[in-house]
Amino acid sequence: MNNSFLIRNSGSISRFITHIILIGVCFIWMYPFLWMVSSSFKTDAEFFENGLSIIPNSFNMSNIIRAWETANFSQYFLNTFIITFSVVLIVLASTSACGYALGRFSFPGKKVIYVLLVCSMFIPLEFSIIPIVALINALGLSNTMIGVILAESGGGHVMLVLMFASYFAQIPKEMEESATMDGCGFLRTFVHVMLPLAKPIIGSAVIMQVIFTWNSFLLPLILTLSNPSIRPLSVGLYAFKGENVVDWTGIAAGATISVLPVIIIFIVLQKYFVEGISGAVKG
Amino acid sequence: MANANITAGKQQTSSLRKKRNRYIMFWCWLFVLPNIILFTLFQAWPIVTSWYYAMSDWSGLSSQIEFVGLANFQELINDKYFWNAYKNVFIFTFGSVPFQLMLGLLFAVILNNPKLKFASIYRTLIFLPVITSASIIGIVMGFIWSTDGGVNYLLMQLGILDVPIDFLGSMKWAMPTVIMVSVWMSTGINMIFWLAGLQGIPKELYEAAYIDGAGHFKTFFSITLPLLIPIGAVILLFNVAFSLRVFDLIKTLTDGGPFFATDVVSTYIYSAAFAGEIGQPRMGYGSAAGVFFGFTIIFLMLIIQYLRSKAKANRYV
Repeated sequence: MNNSFLIRNSGSISRFITHIILIGVCFIWMYPFLWMVSSSFKTDAEFFENGLSIIPNSFNMSNIIRAWETANFSQYFLNTFIITFSVVLIVLASTSACGYALGRFSFPGKKVIYVLLVCSMFIPLEFSIIPIVALINALGLSNTMIGVILAESGGGHVMLVLMFASYFAQIPKEMEESATMDGCGFLRTFVHVMLPLAKPIIGSAVIMQVIFTWNSFLLPLILTLSNPSIRPLSVGLYAFKGENVVDWTGIAAGATISVLPVIIIFIVLQKYFVEGISGAVKG
Repeated sequence: MANANITAGKQQTSSLRKKRNRYIMFWCWLFVLPNIILFTLFQAWPIVTSWYYAMSDWSGLSSQIEFVGLANFQELINDKYFWNAYKNVFIFTFGSVPFQLMLGLLFAVILNNPKLKFASIYRTLIFLPVITSASIIGIVMGFIWSTDGGVNYLLMQLGILDVPIDFLGSMKWAMPTVIMVSVWMSTGINMIFWLAGLQGIPKELYEAAYIDGAGHFKTFFSITLPLLIPIGAVILLFNVAFSLRVFDLIKTLTDGGPFFATDVVSTYIYSAAFAGEIGQPRMGYGSAAGVFFGFTIIFLMLIIQYLRSKAKANRYV
């Protein structure tokens, strides 16, 4: 009796200590974000007087408005949205279709495609960045939105294809047969029967691609070098920092605008994201 | 008569099946085609052309491409800035990968406890840097590690420092600081990797260990760790490959400075091929550096894979 009380008690104390340590670690971990968000609400004077505090005196919106209106962040935001939306659509359509064909049917050439895609996992980006830019230039798409979208959608997307393939492979054959009985062709069976069944994989694919594209930096940096009006947020923020070294509150406001959508999407769809990543490392 | 009928029927079904097979093959190829095109244009074709570019003198601006053979490679291996960048990327990788692996594992083990309340909230918070664009991290961390920033303030309050250190502007501190920021950025994703591994360990093993009276540490070292080694090898591979390619973080945090102290191969290629900071942009020369370094990465991956298969053969894994 006495003994079990002691054990329970020591358990709760160690749990309490664990929580204290975790809260401390998380505070340090989150400090850069807290600093960024609070700085975007501070006035210049407040920032220089009390730059490190994470609670602003008041919720002064002028930095956010300045970044949004005069520093072009509204334009960058729209660009990022268009780029991300298009890339996700293209990648989702091409990888789900490819995964469906590879996962469910055997057809001549299938093995070759598999081998090629898996090999491409080991190709370092160093090989491709200059040729990709040269290709986009050769297509006459340099410094255009379409060029950025195309380059960002490029690649074999092995991970997503394999995710779709293994998911489609384990759906029972009867689903298709009954669809064929109902007179559905190949395309209609895929769109109306198979895709709706693959919702969890679509969720993982969408969230991973959204975050990846929203944050991507190197390709859009190079492809928008001489056309600032099509820059996405990541590149726009970097350029803004270069041009306005002293406007820290404006920079912080721009950074907050850039990161907020991804954080919200991540928190809402977190489950799918974690499942996708875990699948990648297990597979 | 009846026999002929059966053969005719068989022929009919087999021709139907053939038709059906051809129909399926047609659609399958149509379905894989878009992805194959994206793969060919943006992954396969670049491998072929990067060789061609690497052996030519080309600014990327004009259509004038002059074949120069191995001259770019010759120049490359005699360029001390290239070797500086080459050395730096390995310092960065060996400095950051062990820490992000260990910290990620530590968080994963603590947060894998199903009885721990709020574990998912802690997990989300630690994961946030992973989903944040490197340009934001570069800018925000640029302030936090500056002489006016939070790190110097804390160290001075604790009495560890008398005068603030310009962490990112000093030759001595720039690389360690970049490594620390990178560890902060990548621990979250490693935590998720390790959690995936931990969830694959059968619960009965832990119950057995508990009944045998094994403590937390004993259980960790004799059950958890050995069973994590196979997935750990994959995680290590991911980390090394990712770290060797670091670009965004360095570009936004230090831009390779001060005086090339944090210049890595990818930033070296970028300034040679696109920025033209040393005169004209040189896509050909940049490609040569890319091809050279690409082979280094492939070579390293092969070594890691070889060690993995050897360990497997010896049943360590």
